Amino acid sequence: MPKVTVDGQELEVPAGATVLQACELAGKEIPRFCYHERLSIAGNCRMCLVEVKPGPPKPQASCALPAAEGQEIRTDSEMVKKAREGVMEFLLINHPLDCPICDQGGECDLQDQAMAYGRGGSRYHENKRAVTEKYMGPLIKTVMTRCIHCTRCVRFSEEIAGVDEIGALYRGENMQISTYLEHAARHEMSANVIDLCPVGALTSRPYAFEARPWELKKTLGIDVSDACGANIRIDSRGREVLRVLPRVNDDVNEEWISDKARYMVDGLTRRRLDKPYLRRDGKLVPVSWTEAFGAIASLNPGSRIAAVAGDLVDCETMFAAKALLGALGSSLLEGRQTGMDYDTSSLAAVNFNTTFAGIETADAILIVGSMVRWEAPLVNVRLRKAVKRGAKVFLVGPEWETTFGGVFLGEDLSVLGNLPEAVTQAFGDARRPAVIVGGAGLGRGGLDASLALAGRFNLVRDLEDCTKWNGFNVLHMAAARMGGLMLGFAQKGGIADLVAAKPKVLIALGADEVDYARFADSMIVYVGHHGDKGAHAADVVLPAAAYTEKAGTYVNTEGRVQMADKAVFAPGDAREDWSILRAMADAFGVSVGFDSFEELRAAMISQVPALGIEGLADYGSDLPAGGGSAAGGIAYPVKDFYMTNPIARASAVMQRCSAELLHGEDFAEAAE
Amino acid sequence: MALADKDRIFTNVYGYQPWNLAAARARGDWDNTRDILARGRDAIIEEIKASGLRGRGGAGFPTGMKWSFMPKQAPLDQAGNPKPSFLVINADESEPGSCKDREIIRHDPHKLVEGALVAGFAMGARAAYIYIRGEYIREAETLFAAVQEAYDAGLLGRNAAGSGYDFDVFVHRGAGAYICGEETAMIESLEGKKGQPRLKPPFPAGAGLYGCPTTVNNVESIAVAPTIMRRGASWFASFGAENNKGTKLFQISGHVEKPCVVEEEMSIPFKELIERHCGGIRGGWDNLLAVIPGGSSVPLVPASQVMDMPMDFDGCKKVGSGLGTAAVIVMDKSTDIVRAISRLSAFYKHESCGQCTPCREGTGWMWRVMERLRTGDAHVDEIDMLQQVTKQVEGHTICALGDAAAWPIQGLIRHFRPELERRIAERHGDVREAAE
Repeated sequence: MPKVTVDGQELEVPAGATVLQACELAGKEIPRFCYHERLSIAGNCRMCLVEVKPGPPKPQASCALPAAEGQEIRTDSEMVKKAREGVMEFLLINHPLDCPICDQGGECDLQDQAMAYGRGGSRYHENKRAVTEKYMGPLIKTVMTRCIHCTRCVRFSEEIAGVDEIGALYRGENMQISTYLEHAARHEMSANVIDLCPVGALTSRPYAFEARPWELKKTLGIDVSDACGANIRIDSRGREVLRVLPRVNDDVNEEWISDKARYMVDGLTRRRLDKPYLRRDGKLVPVSWTEAFGAIASLNPGSRIAAVAGDLVDCETMFAAKALLGALGSSLLEGRQTGMDYDTSSLAAVNFNTTFAGIETADAILIVGSMVRWEAPLVNVRLRKAVKRGAKVFLVGPEWETTFGGVFLGEDLSVLGNLPEAVTQAFGDARRPAVIVGGAGLGRGGLDASLALAGRFNLVRDLEDCTKWNGFNVLHMAAARMGGLMLGFAQKGGIADLVAAKPKVLIALGADEVDYARFADSMIVYVGHHGDKGAHAADVVLPAAAYTEKAGTYVNTEGRVQMADKAVFAPGDAREDWSILRAMADAFGVSVGFDSFEELRAAMISQVPALGIEGLADYGSDLPAGGGSAAGGIAYPVKDFYMTNPIARASAVMQRCSAELLHGEDFAEAAE
Repeated sequence: MALADKDRIFTNVYGYQPWNLAAARARGDWDNTRDILARGRDAIIEEIKASGLRGRGGAGFPTGMKWSFMPKQAPLDQAGNPKPSFLVINADESEPGSCKDREIIRHDPHKLVEGALVAGFAMGARAAYIYIRGEYIREAETLFAAVQEAYDAGLLGRNAAGSGYDFDVFVHRGAGAYICGEETAMIESLEGKKGQPRLKPPFPAGAGLYGCPTTVNNVESIAVAPTIMRRGASWFASFGAENNKGTKLFQISGHVEKPCVVEEEMSIPFKELIERHCGGIRGGWDNLLAVIPGGSSVPLVPASQVMDMPMDFDGCKKVGSGLGTAAVIVMDKSTDIVRAISRLSAFYKHESCGQCTPCREGTGWMWRVMERLRTGDAHVDEIDMLQQVTKQVEGHTICALGDAAAWPIQGLIRHFRPELERRIAERHGDVREAAE
């Protein structure tokens, strides 16, 4: 713990800290452009210069200098002030004066720091440099004249994403940042460089010229595009969500989000269900709420009613449906739309027990049937970190391009019963072994076979630092999955049990992946927000709210309970899901025991107390023994990363990403 | 006190004899190298320290001390295996005015190759990488051939020179970037990356080439080492002033009667150096305008201060310049001094790697102002502004290229400000006349 002095203030800093971190601990603001906590240190912007004694009689880059015992650091001296002014002047001489038309305006590091640390006027009378724009794909808009060459984007794509997509061409004042041959950036986290860019060189293409940051209402939300539960900030103006940005949460998403989480929001204004519909003579016709409810109630299903939860719904919606069915005497609840029927008696056996932060420390990892890059991009980033620390990774399933290497063991699950020696050796030597079972690995006995491996390799163990290590993980893909399982949205035989029960009424809560042909004899009541597959099959459509339009509780694949706020109102006649189900109870003439959202939440928490506490739910660490033999080739369920949910399918941006990045279609830039 | 022929280290610098191994042996190279190595690592380093040899690449850092920074005990990698150490020899001689390494490599390459073995052994290196400038095509061919000769004769490779020590020498050709002469940029380039200097710390002696302990030395520093070991530190230290010992290759170019590369004692006065070897200044000593004593990176010295200046590190420093690589650029009164310095600014603008802000943006700015000052198309207060800009670049960058770009301009303003002002006044006078 070295002791340093910052501007006369003595303090102890943690070993290994840099001078910049020491200054921050002392409460001093150090301006910076290239330095970023989650990227390697480049030290090239030179904005963070401070005076350090002992040392050469010139200012030092504080981001790269280790804090050492007895250093005297000054951040307020004349030398430091001059150095900052100088660097700021250099950054500005070739930076265009186009702040009024720059989308970064109002949230621009260069703007802010020029105000705080720059000199008033310009002494530069030469011509400014201009740089041609570079095509970086449908998500990233470039104005490279504004680039200050901090190389954060380059370091992100190399270090975090693990793809060599962005680099610097040429040298000196001709240096330019570009993707290789101006191909579109294809990585599924690529748009994070927009947040990283301290100036307006890389901005959001779909959000271009939409709004100024100070016009926006900021709401804290949870992403539902996958089961990671990334923490997001929803920026809205009036009734429209304009963009989604990541929030910092080191346990979940660090400060990244996937491109789908960021850009599917334009789908929230398209293909929306904004009034109730009823199928008459084979056609859906708009009706009033009263007519719609009347039509459902007239069937008088009694206990012959079932509910299927979609991938995006919140716990409150599912609980309201459960309460409604309970009042009618039914418990036909299911959330696994595609027919999965794995055993859910132990939630620890279907949970990502290691946690995202924990998987970084694993030293041997077996991935069974998961294309992590598409199913959970944020977990892929963690796996890459684990490999950088020396972890060995083995994968079962068809080959895909990992960003961290790894050994593929074949496509057939039977390999689980007959692991190659390299795997058994690695797991035998490992101190923190982990198994990750993905969506494709859950069927055909894959979960049981993996649980058997958990026992064989002793995945649940006490570590030398007296903490518990649980190396058994299931990686889900649906934001509603863990919450649904906690609320009992699972039948022993999966959705087949619902089919066998032949319900008179099937309530589909935003369920768009169900094979509705199997429910041909039921009245399908679709409660959801998009005119997608579910609505097409429905007999009654009740317009509901999307994830940005309602407060809700979500449980991610780690079993982490998180709560989101409501950002905007649902369009037209659409209502929040819980209130629709509450009104349906009146139509059926039953009581569900709550009249407001608060009462609903209280009832839910009294039934499942874990849903009331934000953070990891405790499922225990006792895993069932598993066993049996798995066999059969596996295929990943996600065929198109950008098209996995009804919001994304309605989004023009996601459609273009899918067409251009995955299907190789050419899009001519509009000729001006 | 001129250097006698018997005391010259580079006896074939003019190529009167062949460069090959047989001829080199006849000149005394590779003579019982095994015995030198047998004296042990510490003894070699102590001998070099005692000789007072300072790095010949420009900075003048004591060579023996640099070698002693290499770890005695090899650090371990992640898997617990000891890391190798490396010697990198900087033959990327790109400094305008500098041309000594070229003469060594093309006419006396075995001095360098033997030096690589001696120095590499002294610092415990597994191999030496010689990074040769891309434009040196024939020189690289000679060097490749010389290294092959040494391998064939058993002087390199397993049990090098019969010493029981395994040592390899690799020659790597650069691609023509001046910045790759900076030691950490050279390491990056050797690793196959874009040649951009690294942040220090960590210094190369801790984590250099491929993350292993590395020392980067100039060609001349390495090439003189075997001779120092043979003739002794006291012999080498008998030349030159205190703290500036030894002999040195001087490269005199520009407006002298006979430009040349010549080995001389350190600390020889400038006038004597020119008179003895170059036949004096073109047009006589009164015609001398200014001298850049150490290659393009150091500030110029006006004629009035240069005459008695001892040609060594401290002597040049005293007049606000530096010895650099001892590439003496002599300019007589026919020189357009502003244009000369402006050309150097263009060079640094062209060669800036673009990594860090002050150099990337500042070199272009300085050059553009210099171009206007050349024609007088400027205001007088822009001279002060330019001076401030050079100060904003100097000392604020990752590597020394920023300093090197700033110093020539600072030297110009310090010594030739009246000339700059005259041009501005003249130009403004012209414009006024034209307007009437």
